[in-house]
Amino acid sequence: MPSLISIFQGLNVTKSELIEALAKQQPHLALKDVELAVKCIIEKMNQALSSGERIEIRGFGSFSLHLRPPRLGRNPKTGESVALSKKYVPHFKPGKELRDRVDESSGKYKIID
Amino acid sequence: MTLTKADFAEQVFDELGFIKREAHEIVECFLEAIKDWLEQGESVKLSGFGKFTLRDKSGRPGRNPKTGETVPISPRRVVTFKVSPKLKAQLGQAESIHHDPMNINLKGRALRWMN
Repeated sequence: MPSLISIFQGLNVTKSELIEALAKQQPHLALKDVELAVKCIIEKMNQALSSGERIEIRGFGSFSLHLRPPRLGRNPKTGESVALSKKYVPHFKPGKELRDRVDESSGKYKIID
Repeated sequence: MTLTKADFAEQVFDELGFIKREAHEIVECFLEAIKDWLEQGESVKLSGFGKFTLRDKSGRPGRNPKTGETVPISPRRVVTFKVSPKLKAQLGQAESIHHDPMNINLKGRALRWMN
């Protein structure tokens, strides 16, 4: 019987699909190691952005932070004004190779969500 | 500072004890796999980080901002990124973010606010 953890992981279809695909491609690596590597890469990306660093990957794209200044917001229910502090939102700019590949094959493949 | 592919391979090498060549390979394949999926029209969700999705844009008249000339922009497919709630929350409490003007893009509004 699958453990509760594996059932929950099954919901993250894509990360686990990615791990499986990579493990098939790299038969000399254990599935567990591929999983750890993928998590390690994602964790590193999170850390980088959380500490205000840019990420730049040639052919893939770059991640940077955009600053949203503090503003007065409004509670849509009550109409009351609320002071919102500044925040950072990550921004992804696709690299040239990714942009071109995606656009060039758009005639061949439908978008699947 | 800007992180590159080499930094990710270095992290896999340091933290997991992969040999250098394997660490570089896994980072390369990871990125290639994401590109392949996107190329084939599939969106890619990396939980805890974000989701890459595709969007078909219709053509529209554009403008060369330098010359003011009108140029048609053809219909195209683009990749968009939506940050995961987890990373969003992490960034929300990031008082620790250094104000390195090289790293943070300020929109016009923000610049006015800073001055």
